[in-house]
Amino acid sequence: MVMLQTNALAEDQSVLDQTDNAVSVSNVSKNYGDVEALKNLSLDFPRGQLTSLLGPSGCGKTTLLKIIAGLLEPTEGEILVNGSPVTGPGEDRAFVFQDFALLPWASVLRNVAFGLELRGVARSEREDIAVKYIKDVGLEGFEKSFPHELSGGMRQRVGLARALSVDADVLLMDEPFSAVDEQTRRKFQEDLLALVANENKTFLFVTHSIEEAVYVSDQIAILLPRPSRVSEIIRPTGLREKDSTSIRRDPEYLDIVDSIWESLKTYVE
Amino acid sequence: MVSRSLTLKLVSAIIVFGAWEIAGRIPVSYAFPTFIDSMKALSAMILDGRLFAAYGETLKPLVIGVLISAVLGIIIGLWIGLSEWFDWLFSPIFIVMQAAPLAALIPLLVMIYGIGLTSKVFVVCIMAMPVIVLNTAGAVRNTPSSFIEMGKSFLASRREVLAKIIIPAASPVIFSGLRLGVSAGFIGAILSELKITPTGVGDIITFSRSIADYASMYAAIFSIIVLAVVFLNLLEMLERVLFEGNVRGYASD
Repeated sequence: MVMLQTNALAEDQSVLDQTDNAVSVSNVSKNYGDVEALKNLSLDFPRGQLTSLLGPSGCGKTTLLKIIAGLLEPTEGEILVNGSPVTGPGEDRAFVFQDFALLPWASVLRNVAFGLELRGVARSEREDIAVKYIKDVGLEGFEKSFPHELSGGMRQRVGLARALSVDADVLLMDEPFSAVDEQTRRKFQEDLLALVANENKTFLFVTHSIEEAVYVSDQIAILLPRPSRVSEIIRPTGLREKDSTSIRRDPEYLDIVDSIWESLKTYVE
Repeated sequence: MVSRSLTLKLVSAIIVFGAWEIAGRIPVSYAFPTFIDSMKALSAMILDGRLFAAYGETLKPLVIGVLISAVLGIIIGLWIGLSEWFDWLFSPIFIVMQAAPLAALIPLLVMIYGIGLTSKVFVVCIMAMPVIVLNTAGAVRNTPSSFIEMGKSFLASRREVLAKIIIPAASPVIFSGLRLGVSAGFIGAILSELKITPTGVGDIITFSRSIADYASMYAAIFSIIVLAVVFLNLLEMLERVLFEGNVRGYASD
């Protein structure tokens, strides 16, 4: 991918902004009938950083992400994005879906431009923007292709380009790499590190993979199920300065992976 | 690919017509003419203008009925698919309509609406509408929820979700409902001419049979089948123009 070189400047920026939260979740509960999916959950997402929501399946991490996206309403509690409360989906957030959610009847170009189309951007303007992001995610030449003609990895690149093209402050990613193969996934993870470094955006990343969370995150929130609450927040300190290829050999990386597994183990059936 | 599908169509036509010709020559029944005799009768009817006059009559209830069924059927279908309340209110009507023995209901329709055009349009609608409504409703209800969530998260209004996501997503099934509905409408149009008052093509069928001119009778039946096939192909072309992506497969394959 083109945009992906590490950028020391952006790195410094993220340290400076540490106290500034792009998204702040306070005392959120969500009930489905009698079932408590989330209970009194509070969590802050520092601006310009990537925060992972990690937990066993059924722990409500996707529910939390959808509440932040404004797709679900919390039963109680409040979410602030850039200081203003969430009442529904907004221009400040863009969503990347686990199953890509590409329109099968629309070309790559229209799919990428779809977010802008819904915002009423004129056709020629939104197509110019879409072409730029299609190029950025490495799909140049596929503008006229239809989703079924692409591989799983390429489809998710289209989903990512769509989310980037609306230029939202906050990117909400719901297990974005879980439906692509292992090798594509590794490439995506490396690309994501560069994306976080280069784009001045806040990333919320839901995953069930411990290794993935530790590899890509500035901050990892461990959620435990029934009802969901944040059990632990881990902030790897030394991993960001490392080269993307050597992180997986770093002792800190290995220690964090082990300790997370120790605390999650008992919750996995 | 186009020429291959054309070849296949031609081959299957030759097989069917060949079998018809052979069956007519054996003959399987005195009342079953050969293909060639039927075609002769057909060209005779075309030449003396009898067929065109007949279709002038038959097409009236057919076109009116199919148009009403398509427009109203899709609108009601969308509504049923979108609203649980509407589903509760209207679905049973169309399920009953679909299951009803239409021939037995025709006397009732004639009693209420007389023997004119209205009754015939009703017969066409009763045949065509239920499958259009039920297919549309089912397709709308089965719109993948992630498409709708995607639309909402990118700030689509309710109307945009309907126009840009739900309807295109449902269009393949809506169109298959339209195809079934149009075919059923053709059956309804002929049925109404056989059961209510013999006019148009139904008249040719009834009259030819009564004077044992079986070639003309089969020619009339053949012509209505040809017309239905032409109509269905036009519908397919319309789908291809409106929803280009439909014929190209789906993201999930």
